[in-house]
Parts: sequence; structure tokens; C-alpha cells
Amino acid sequence: MNHEITGRTWVIGDSVDTDAMYPGFAMKLPVEEAARHVLYDLRPGWTEQVEAGDILVAGRNFGIGSSRPVAALLRHLGIAALIAEEFNSLFLRNAINNGLPALAVPDVRRFVSEGDVLTLNLATGQVDTPAGRLDAAPLPAMVLDILDAGGLLPRLAAAGYLPREDA
Amino acid sequence: MSTEQGVDGGMTVIETILARAAGRDRVRPGDTVVTRVDMNVLIDLMFTRWVDPLRIADPDRTAIVLDHAVPAPTLVDAEAGVRARHFAEAFGIKRFFDVGRHGICHQVIAENALALPGQVLTCTDSHTCAGGAYNTAARGLGPAEVVGILCTGETWYTVAPTIRYELDGELAPGIGGKDVFLHIAGTYGDATNHNLEFGGPGLASVPMNDRRTIATQGAEVSADFTVFEYDDRCGEFLAAHGAAEYTPAQPGPDANYAVVRHVDLGALVPHVARPGTVSRNAFPVTEVEDRAVQQCFVGSCANGQLDDLRISAELLRGRRVADGVRLIVTPASQQVYRDAVRLGYVQDIADAGAVVTNSTCGACFGYHMGLLGAGEVCLTASTRNFRGRMGSPDAEIYMASTATVVTSAVTGRITDPREVLA
Ligand code: SF4
Repeated sequence: MNHEITGRTWVIGDSVDTDAMYPGFAMKLPVEEAARHVLYDLRPGWTEQVEAGDILVAGRNFGIGSSRPVAALLRHLGIAALIAEEFNSLFLRNAINNGLPALAVPDVRRFVSEGDVLTLNLATGQVDTPAGRLDAAPLPAMVLDILDAGGLLPRLAAAGYLPREDA
Repeated sequence: MSTEQGVDGGMTVIETILARAAGRDRVRPGDTVVTRVDMNVLIDLMFTRWVDPLRIADPDRTAIVLDHAVPAPTLVDAEAGVRARHFAEAFGIKRFFDVGRHGICHQVIAENALALPGQVLTCTDSHTCAGGAYNTAARGLGPAEVVGILCTGETWYTVAPTIRYELDGELAPGIGGKDVFLHIAGTYGDATNHNLEFGGPGLASVPMNDRRTIATQGAEVSADFTVFEYDDRCGEFLAAHGAAEYTPAQPGPDANYAVVRHVDLGALVPHVARPGTVSRNAFPVTEVEDRAVQQCFVGSCANGQLDDLRISAELLRGRRVADGVRLIVTPASQQVYRDAVRLGYVQDIADAGAVVTNSTCGACFGYHMGLLGAGEVCLTASTRNFRGRMGSPDAEIYMASTATVVTSAVTGRITDPREVLA
């Protein structure tokens, strides 16, 4: 995949949890329908406004909560990348394994306002914002490999563990 | 079994286990290592979107537990069950816990000694850290990753720094693991990208059920792994549950911790978390507002253990659930349910006007059974008090120990259990 991503930002707060993004009632629905309920209570109507290629920017402890695959919903909505000041590690792994780039950038919200267009580079950790350039830790090679494959399931299919057409 | 201790002096429990599983002499915080996985547990929800793999690493290092939505409340869940049964049969997975042998996965893991000291356990549920009570490097991973482990038998971890909790003294009567955890969460807040390790001179006095409550709740402060030191009490529990060979992992004498914090168990009082989060939001019950409650819940992987049903029965014998309050009690497994029936706990609980349900995740995650309506107040002994977790986002979820929840169900308000226990 292209390691440089440019997009318009949406900014949310600290400790946004998985129940806020993938509520229990939505777990009964197919992905397309469940995706309409992301942030249903925190940002009602958001899923109507978000566009393909947008970047979601969050604060600290992003994604605390359960293992439900929120990233699949965010990808369905067209979110191109996640940036957070700090990720819950289960949520971060879930994003990567679902092929959704995620970069931890401490203090990012001091430099980004909602609607800003920014460019991040997963391999260098460089983030260019209208307010200046930020340098975060780049993603490890092992993680870039998973993203390059489009996520873990396509990689397992390529390695002969899963039937190719379904992954 | 062997009682050999961690060979490397300088490592924490988690570092010792991950180094061993990665075939390395040592690991340090920041290292990313590929490790073998000793036991990988799949749950029913995984099978709602499922494709059979072409080959798997090892059926004997795989277990399947139907827990979140059983018996199937929707057609989607029924079809997931069909796929799970077919997969277990086709791939020769003997550890298959179908409806009737079912339970919440972390309880089933405990009852069947699937989480063993010094080993690595994975599962698609965020409270898999529960297995840390047994000195296991256990944590929740996403469904895709668990499929990956099913196929390859291994995964990777980036080693996080460890926060050490040194337990001193002994718990007072009526104070449970939930109170220990809520005290920690209320005082220190989140532990994102850190491991938690529990040990110290007070550990021996902490019963295994309370250790599991504490380990389970590590997910609520966003910790990576939560793990306890191994001791005789843990060994006896595992022996009673038919554990196989294992090698415990103890911290080295000069292990390197991000911080060491002391908890005086004898000084702890009942705690209550206010709605939304436990992190810096849990307080002594005496400092929490006197709220009327409409629903009280005892259940979940944290507090649906046999001890929780025993405590409920003891408190409810000769008492009644207050008018206008629903007390729902969900055993964490079919085994807990059967034991609680045999010991008379279910009778006592039901006689008091509470509802004892089938074992499932149910009310805990707002998916089926026991949901809250807008404006309702719930006091729960389950794991999570996020807004909207148990139904309406306009309901409020407070969290406390089983003793506090049951006492409050009797009075109809958030109540200090020591008033009744005294
Ligand atoms: S009881 Fe609740 S916290 Fe535990 S596994 Fe089930 S849904 Fe998750």
C-alpha cells in the first residue's frame, strides 16, 4: 500500500470506547448497517458526513474496550487512517489486522483542528499539518507488512491458510 | 509439575513468559517478539462471519466456547452455532463447549485449566486477561488475529513496561476483588500500554475468585496483560481442576518495573464506580451519591463465579429484593449453575425475588436479556460501565462488588454492604 496518506480530519476526544463505536445492538446487524451506528451517541449523524479518504483523529486511550472489530466498520465508512495521541493496544492491533493504518502521534490535537487536511507517512512517522510538521514513531516493518497485504486475513489467504476468494 | 522459577533475574512475570514463548533468553519493554501460543480460544461471535481455514496449527491447542449469545437469541447467532459445530467436527477440536457444557469463556477456561502458569493464552474477548489470575500471559485479541493464531499457532507482542502492585495485609470480611480493583482504578486511572503484575506478602490471603475478578478487570484500565504471581493457592486450584504439566513464571528479584505501588488490603472499604468508566471514577461507597436503583446485576466473567452466587444467597436468605428493583443473577457457567442449584443458592436467590438466568454474557454487553431503558439506574457487578453498554445510552450504570450490588437490591438504593453484614 501507499505509505503516505492525505485526508480531511475528524477530531474526537479521550477514551472513546468500542461500545461508542460498535454498540451492542449493532452487533446483530450486517457490517454495512452496523457502520451507520458508529459514534451514534457521541456524534449523531456523523456517519452521513464522513467521506472516503477521511482521517479520524482521537485523543488518549483511543479504543478502550472490547475486541469487536470496529475497524471493519470504519473501513466500510471509507476512513483511510486513524491517528491518536495514544491507542489501547487491542484496538490498535485490530485496526492493523483489518488493514486500517493507525499511527500514534502524541499531542496531535494541539496541531490539528477538525476539517484540517493533513498528510501522514506510516513508514517515516512524519505528519504534515497546517500548523506544522510532527514526527511520530514510524510503524514497525512487521506491521507495515500486514497493512501492505491489506490486513491479516488476505495475508493468511496468500500463505495458503484461507481460501483466497473469501479473505 | 515443576516449580522452577523464572531463570532470568531481571524480568517481570510477563517478560519471563514472553521470553520463554519466543525462545529468547530475555526480552525488554519495547521489544517486539513472535511467540508460540499454548492455547487459543474461539467464541461464538467469531462464527457470525466465518470461513473455515484450509489447515490449522493444532486442534489440541484450540478450544471453542459458545458464550456471548446462548442459547441463540437471534437467527444470526443460531447460524454461527451451526458453523462452530461444523468446524469443531471437521477439524477434530475436542475442547468444544457447546450449549449444555457452556459458560462465559473465561469461566470455562478456569474450570478446565486451559490457562496454565507460565504459558500464553489468546482468545477473541477483551477480558481474556482474566487468565492472568493463574500466572498466564493471557490477553484479548481481535477475531482476525485469533484466526491467524488458529492457522499458524503463533502471534507477536510488543513488550510493555510493567506496573507492580504489592499486596500487603488481608482483606476484611465482605471486601472483594472488585473493591481492590475499583480502589486501584479510582486512585491511579488508566494503565494504557502497560502490564499489571500482582504479588507480595498479602497475595496468599486473596482467594482465587477475587484474583480472577481483579485480573479480568485489567481491561477496564486499558492494560495489556494483567498477571498474578504463582503460589500454592494457585497450584491447589489448578490441581483440583485437572491441570496438566506447567512451569510457573515468577518475577526476578531485580525485575525492572515502571512503578511499584502498595495496596493495604486490610484498609480497603467497599467501592463504587460512577457511570461511564472506572478510571479515576471509583470511590468509597460512603462518598457516592445515594441513588435509587431499578436494576441490579450479578454476573459476567468477573463476578458470576460460584462465590458470587454464594455471597448473593447468604445476603438474600430471609430478605427480599425491594419493590421496583430487578435483581438479575447470571451464573458464569453451566457448571456454576449446577453447583449453585446443588448447594441451594439458586433457591435462596429466587425465593428473595431475584431472577436467576441461564449462563451467558447476556445483560453484561447489552446484546440480549436484561437491557436498561432510558432514565434507568443500574448497579452492576459485571465488568464494564460504559455509556450505552447495557442498553439505552440514557441509562446510568454504576459498578460495585457482588455484596454491594445485592445489598443495594434489598434496600433499593446504593448501599454500603457493611450496614447489613455488621
Ligand atoms: S461477561 Fe461481559 S465482559 Fe465477560 S466476556 Fe461476556 S460480554 Fe465480555
